[in-house]
Amino acid sequence: MNTVRLIYRKEMSAYFNSAVAYITLIIFLLINGWFFTSSFFLIGQSDLRILFNSIPLVFIFFIPAITMGSLARENHAGTMEFLTTLPVDDYQIVLGKFFSAVALIGVGLLFTLPHFITLLFVGTGPDIGAILCGYVGLLLVGAMYASIGMFGSAVSNNQITSFLLSFIIIFALYLFDKILIFVPTFLSGILQFLSTDYHFSNISRGVIDSRNIIYFLSVIFFFLTLSVRVLEIRKWR
Amino acid sequence: MIKVEHLTKHYGHVKAVDDISFHVRDGEILGFLGPNGAGKSTTLRIMTSYLTPTSGNIFINDLNVLDDSLDIRKIIGYLPENNPLYPEMIVYDFLKFSAAARRIEGKAFEERLKKVSDLCGLHGVIHKKISELSKGYKQRTGLAQAIFHDPEILILDEPTTGLDPNQIVEIRNLIKQLGKEKTVVISSHILQEIQATADRMVIINKGKIAADGTIDELMSGFKGFTRLHLEIEGADHVKDLTGIHEKMKLADIHTSNGITKVVIEYPNTLDLRKDVFQYVVKKGWTLLEMNRHRTSLEDMFRILTVEEGGEA
Repeated sequence: MNTVRLIYRKEMSAYFNSAVAYITLIIFLLINGWFFTSSFFLIGQSDLRILFNSIPLVFIFFIPAITMGSLARENHAGTMEFLTTLPVDDYQIVLGKFFSAVALIGVGLLFTLPHFITLLFVGTGPDIGAILCGYVGLLLVGAMYASIGMFGSAVSNNQITSFLLSFIIIFALYLFDKILIFVPTFLSGILQFLSTDYHFSNISRGVIDSRNIIYFLSVIFFFLTLSVRVLEIRKWR
Repeated sequence: MIKVEHLTKHYGHVKAVDDISFHVRDGEILGFLGPNGAGKSTTLRIMTSYLTPTSGNIFINDLNVLDDSLDIRKIIGYLPENNPLYPEMIVYDFLKFSAAARRIEGKAFEERLKKVSDLCGLHGVIHKKISELSKGYKQRTGLAQAIFHDPEILILDEPTTGLDPNQIVEIRNLIKQLGKEKTVVISSHILQEIQATADRMVIINKGKIAADGTIDELMSGFKGFTRLHLEIEGADHVKDLTGIHEKMKLADIHTSNGITKVVIEYPNTLDLRKDVFQYVVKKGWTLLEMNRHRTSLEDMFRILTVEEGGEA
């Protein structure tokens, strides 16, 4: 676990020592802020439904942008050779980098709290429990996207390829329950279950169901395992 | 003791390393020599667990790279080819990171840092960003990382590429100094590099071992030859010169302005200079120049790696 923390710290300082973290965070906050404030006062409801709708959408771009460099850049620069010849397991590298991406997502979510505070001031009796639930859900969605991003980043040496690959997988998962009316009924159940939004919408309403949690955790586990495998396969080439 | 046994590595259809075996004894500096693309880096990358062999194995002490990769990485210090570093990191942080990955932290780290900075001459740059360093200092940083945990075995893949002559001498001296206590494997495509540092060398070409031994052993086992360069005035039928001795061969001849330049070859075991001189005198020619070149280690390397490989 020490090693995972070590990799995590190295990644965090790499994020914040370059412009990547700041630029992506600012864009993330600007877009969500605009979505929120432009309709919050028009709708006149005391909840953060607008934010919880916009953030998963913005995540689709934001998270691949965060993770695209994480392994691809090491592959490209050759530093992967340095890193993987240290007495460090491949899974520790992937986990450390994954957690740092999740932490950055957490920072992004933390900066959306002013919207929550605004709500506390102007709203009437907001359901705080549901809102906290929603944030947990957002973090789970973010972590899941980050695990997909890790996979995209492991596969390629090129950051743009990594970005696009992660984006496509994430977008497909997001889209699944939006296209249910176009698919045969026997497929629609499966597609709905695979879709991110289906599971997130339950949580964001304040309902924590183990099925939803298990969905997120198993997708994370699946893509992180896949990323570790990709790193191993590179040795066999 | 490092034992490379029947090591083979394919990249797709390309055989980068083809069934090679050799040993590195404890405490020796082994030069791993070969032209570019011979399979040096691939072998070293398998040794350090960056790549997995297609078949064969490498044993280090009683460990092997297939089963004990993590334990092997603990006792190895490795400077990869082209020395990949994180440009945005500060030298101090970089060393701290790689030391921490090897569980050297706190006081032990500070002590080692002082020693290693002395050894590698890093004191002036320890708080600089790696991207701001000159190539020589980058190389020292990479080397510092490789020796930081005081490894038993040091593997250096082309450690002096791209350095200027002064830096090369410095790094060579450093390697020799380190080689007093450690087992060192140093790869290079430059013979002088290996000659200057190594106790023994393994020459590899096209994925196969071409020669293995100390420099003296290799030279004595090698059937060298002498090249005699002559410049003669007023000569005709110079080719008949080779009639002096049956083992004499004409390597080159050309005439301009009445002066003939000839190169003849014969085995190192003979000395035919006197015979050649007398022949020239007998014929009434004028000998303007006679120059003897003996084949050196350099030629041997060239012959082993180019001509035997069929790419003359």
